[in-house]
Amino acid sequence: MHGNRLYEGQKLALKYYFVAMVLFGAQLLFGLLAAIQFLYPDFLFGILDFSINRMVHINALVVWLLYAMIGAVYWLLPDEAQREVVGIKFGNLAFYVLTAAVAVVVLVYLFIQVGPGKESTIWFITEGREYIEAPRWADIGIVAVVLIFLYNVYATVMSGQRTGILAVLMADLIALAGLYLAGMFYTDNIAIDQYWWWWVVHLWVEATWEVYVAAVGGYILMKTLNANRKVVEMWLWIEVAMMFGSGILGLGHHYFWIGTPEYWWEIGALFSALEPVPLVGLFVHVLYDWGKERGKGNQINNTPAFAWLTVETFGNFLGAGVWGFMHTLPQINLYTHGTQWPAAHGHLAFFGAYVAILIGAIYLALQKKAGLEKLKMSKAGWWAISLITVGVLFMTVALTLSAYTQTMVERGMYGATWEGYFAAQANEWFWQGMCWRLITGLMVIAGYALLMYDMIRLAKKAPASEAEVSTAAA
Amino acid sequence: MEKVSVWSSNRFWRRSATWVTGVSAVLLILLTFDSMAQMKMGTAADLKNKVDKRIPSPTVINYKIDYQLSRARGHEVPIIGGMDANGKSKYEVKEKFFGRDNYSEEEARTLIHKGKLTIQAKNCMDCHTFLGNGAYYAPDLTKAWLDPTWETLAPAYGGKEYAIAAFLQNPPAMAMHERKMPNLGITKDEAKAVVAYLKFMSAIDTNGFPRNFGKIKGAVNAWK
Repeated sequence: MHGNRLYEGQKLALKYYFVAMVLFGAQLLFGLLAAIQFLYPDFLFGILDFSINRMVHINALVVWLLYAMIGAVYWLLPDEAQREVVGIKFGNLAFYVLTAAVAVVVLVYLFIQVGPGKESTIWFITEGREYIEAPRWADIGIVAVVLIFLYNVYATVMSGQRTGILAVLMADLIALAGLYLAGMFYTDNIAIDQYWWWWVVHLWVEATWEVYVAAVGGYILMKTLNANRKVVEMWLWIEVAMMFGSGILGLGHHYFWIGTPEYWWEIGALFSALEPVPLVGLFVHVLYDWGKERGKGNQINNTPAFAWLTVETFGNFLGAGVWGFMHTLPQINLYTHGTQWPAAHGHLAFFGAYVAILIGAIYLALQKKAGLEKLKMSKAGWWAISLITVGVLFMTVALTLSAYTQTMVERGMYGATWEGYFAAQANEWFWQGMCWRLITGLMVIAGYALLMYDMIRLAKKAPASEAEVSTAAA
Repeated sequence: MEKVSVWSSNRFWRRSATWVTGVSAVLLILLTFDSMAQMKMGTAADLKNKVDKRIPSPTVINYKIDYQLSRARGHEVPIIGGMDANGKSKYEVKEKFFGRDNYSEEEARTLIHKGKLTIQAKNCMDCHTFLGNGAYYAPDLTKAWLDPTWETLAPAYGGKEYAIAAFLQNPPAMAMHERKMPNLGITKDEAKAVVAYLKFMSAIDTNGFPRNFGKIKGAVNAWK
């Protein structure tokens, strides 16, 4: 047993978590600026335009999720494999290289913003492809860092315990990393450009990331509830079968209107309609385990982590599953594609599927760092989870109302023209939805402030029982 | 030892997961080969030989482009160079683009290459949508070339390509709404290339997206 001491891998995980939480703040800040611009278009016009705010908003989200995902792997890896992470020195070096690269990319986004229509812009300023705008030099750097990360994971598991959770993660991470390569080329053919772009975007968030979440969720269940490993891992394999079985070909729902053959209508509709099924499964599984352990008289070891995990399963099902299904069939998507619909879906889906569980994973780490047997939800933590969850949920509803209006007015009444677009944007119901989005956004930011307060307080807590642990061990 | 049911066997589920994932991945790869073949950019010879391509040759900028309902396919399709009696493209009617309708394959390719690079370099996709993908702060540009707004501005600029190019070089000066497009430092050459790209993109067969483009405005006030 390693007792209360942290592995070097876990110390590295804490560094990743720290940067992740800072970038989470940046995501919310730039989201706020973009939300204000929807209502007051002159706000920061010509200084920080919507395109820049929106790009930083989403890039910060993607990068902080990846940071927290890498962090969670470094956290559970030594614990599961029962040994120190192999090659941790390289892992640490990669962390600093990656963080420096992220800082440079963001500074260029903010201060250089756009470039001339030349290859050099793609290499050094922005690739201008939504979500993966990072310039090509950064792409190559990311690949190098990820290779080090994969080396850490594989070398550690090969020479340590190979659990089911680690087996799933090993397969999943290599797919996740490999898929990034699909987004690293340039073509004049925008249809083919978007075809491969979706390989990165969809096969990340609707396949490999979901499987990642199922694996880490299983680990959190074992840690917070002492859930039975055999049951957790069996369930994990079922989840993998369902998620990849629906998610890989579910990619077809992005191939309805981009110059692709018509057969993607049927393939995309069928498989993406199945995508919510494993998400219901996760939700049921977590609540079932909770009930079972409570029946035995067992208590939750870490209430904040478990609460965030519960929010994850519910939010994942509702945001990714229900809100995704609402506009996934081509008959509906013909009218909703390119409106606020995906924005409504995206907010709840990313929060539900990824943000919530990663916050839970961070709480799990903070508990061990502080050397606490049990971690109870603090008042600040309770307000944080409530404000953030309710805020994002209401934000989604607000965006959905705007989306309905936009679909009916712009697409239904005007047939998608420039004039139709602005008629919908000026519609009072659309505008009301945007007002509520701003208000709920402020709720989320208040929740984030409390969350940071709660986490920093925990992180500063010196391991109270370190002395006792060492005497007990001796 | 008691026989364990297959349904609660981790080994069974691990194998199922591996097979399901493998089969799905193989199917996706096979479908991708077929899609790539169908989505390859056409050539000038295709246009001359009246071959329908999902993504036509960039020389499509030499032709008049329209977007009309195809009875056979049940949705709108791009109509290139005029429409025949069966609702198909004739590939005959030319249209001057910046004063010319004889761009060679190479000239047209160079033009849309610069256009696409400019579209990426200026982050267009973080306000607009292309083929419906992007951000939702500004109009979809899939069929922007065919937008009735430009028809109304065309006479004052001597053609809609000139109107769009003028707009791109200084959008705030031609702002039509409170929500304005910023000045992104687009040069004259870049603007021409972007307009070429928009014209080329409007000829991509998007399976009927967007629906009813430019056809209706309320129930009684029809455009055409």
